[in-house]
Amino acid sequence: MTKRRVTNAIIYVILSLLTVAFLYPLIFILINSFKGKFFISKDPFAIPSGDTFVGLSNYVNGLMKTGLLSAIGYSFFITIVSVALIILFTSMTAYYISRIKSKVTSVIYYMFTFSMIVPFQMVMFTMTSLADKFHLRNPLGMCFLYLGFGAGLSVFMFAGFVKSIPLEIEEAAMIDGCNPLQNFFRVVFPILKPTAITVAILNAMWIWNDFLLPYLVIGVSTKYKTIPVVVQMLVGSNGNKDMGALMAMLVLAIIPIIIFYLFCQKYIIEGVVAGAVKG
Amino acid sequence: MQKTLKKYFVIFTVPTLLAFAFAFIIPFIQGLYLSFCEFTTVKNAKWVGLNNYVRAFTDNKDFLNALLLTACFTIVSILTINLFAFAIALLLTRKMKGTNLFRTVFFMPNLIGGIVLGYTWQQMINAVLLRYETTIVSNAKYGFIGLVILMNWQMIGYMMIIYIAGLQNVPTDLIEAAQIDGATPWQRLTKVTIPMVMPSITICMFLTLSNSFKLFDQNKALTDGAPMNKTELLALNIYRTYYARTGYEGVGQAKAVMFFVLVAVIALVQLRLTRSKEVDQ
Repeated sequence: MTKRRVTNAIIYVILSLLTVAFLYPLIFILINSFKGKFFISKDPFAIPSGDTFVGLSNYVNGLMKTGLLSAIGYSFFITIVSVALIILFTSMTAYYISRIKSKVTSVIYYMFTFSMIVPFQMVMFTMTSLADKFHLRNPLGMCFLYLGFGAGLSVFMFAGFVKSIPLEIEEAAMIDGCNPLQNFFRVVFPILKPTAITVAILNAMWIWNDFLLPYLVIGVSTKYKTIPVVVQMLVGSNGNKDMGALMAMLVLAIIPIIIFYLFCQKYIIEGVVAGAVKG
Repeated sequence: MQKTLKKYFVIFTVPTLLAFAFAFIIPFIQGLYLSFCEFTTVKNAKWVGLNNYVRAFTDNKDFLNALLLTACFTIVSILTINLFAFAIALLLTRKMKGTNLFRTVFFMPNLIGGIVLGYTWQQMINAVLLRYETTIVSNAKYGFIGLVILMNWQMIGYMMIIYIAGLQNVPTDLIEAAQIDGATPWQRLTKVTIPMVMPSITICMFLTLSNSFKLFDQNKALTDGAPMNKTELLALNIYRTYYARTGYEGVGQAKAVMFFVLVAVIALVQLRLTRSKEVDQ
């Protein structure tokens, strides 16, 4: 019994050390976001005090320089609208191609599955010029493109679940006079809810963090920049970078994710496991 | 029922298919075609056959170097991430109090995006290197090690979650039976537990492989290939072939096609290989 206690104590020590290692990079940028930029490069590990503490001035500076607040707004808008579109339309498509068995629907299904293994670089250039031609270089256009990019995984996951729903339930609804749309939204969709949550979380996570698509499609010269694009610009644009502002903007970019994680932790972890097993 | 549903083809599938065509099908086919052309925009393409594919290897050694570096990086990442993640998962499935809190912390970095994460680590690593009066971009070794650390920090929590799910499904009577038969803890781990969680190992290997092989954002933010393209992984090399030099668009597209073929082949082969080792319960 005592031997087990000793082992447990050692394990707690190891896990606590690991916790510090995992949190330290975040603590590091938080500490430095309150320091003057000169002191960041002089003694990056010191805790701000007296001279080195500059209050919120890095935050104010950074926000003035980058327009991060509007970027947070656009990131929210694009993520929420895209995820809503993906849930609505890919669940309908997955339902249709799993219920109607024909050559056309199986070709469609395989195309969606195939798209999951194609790296973004393959379509990067041609997709950008197509988006340019059809005036998709705006937030709504981005949402439309995300529907296309998210379709592969989402259709695949929904289709896997639709197959397990017994047909009898739907037949009963049809006999009661439902048309296919009513049948889908009143009978099938409520059953799909657990998968819908998983699909929503998986898509929200990558769309929120996605850098290359908004960077290439929307670009850096418009007002529709998202958070990753703004952070990249802050660092990439001028050689003489303001480290204080960078630290502050990194902190602000991470805060929404941590809040989201703390509130939806259970769903996120379940969703990630389900997504990994299926994909 | 099938008949009535069939009439609703347009409503049910067209919005998704339209977006899918714009984002994937048309660009994919165009991209495949353009890899055999010389062009600066999609419109002025001129057929040059396999020329771009040859040039990807002969114009300079960057592509080959990036390929080698990506292979090294991927192997090191797969080994370190899975080893750490599995070890932590073992520690967290010993029915001790407070393990949920640890799980929450270890998983969190996974949610932070590559660009933000890359710059966070760039600052951290530069702060450490400041003591030795150097920076991450002055030596390719630092950049490589930095990328491995960053990737571990981001992916360990994710893989740990999958391993925990796998470990919790191992029946306890199986382990107890081995214990009664006199198996040592090490034997129990290698002869019972690991074969039983083989499906999780398959998934995790596959995920770490494809994530490391396709890594872009973190690479761009952490070093952007510096010094002298020596820390440039494949995805970044392709990106810069397109956008950093004019006249190389076709070469970039040819590289992208080869990249796609590699990703597809590796994914299929690995899935096959590890699936066949799984144990039926």
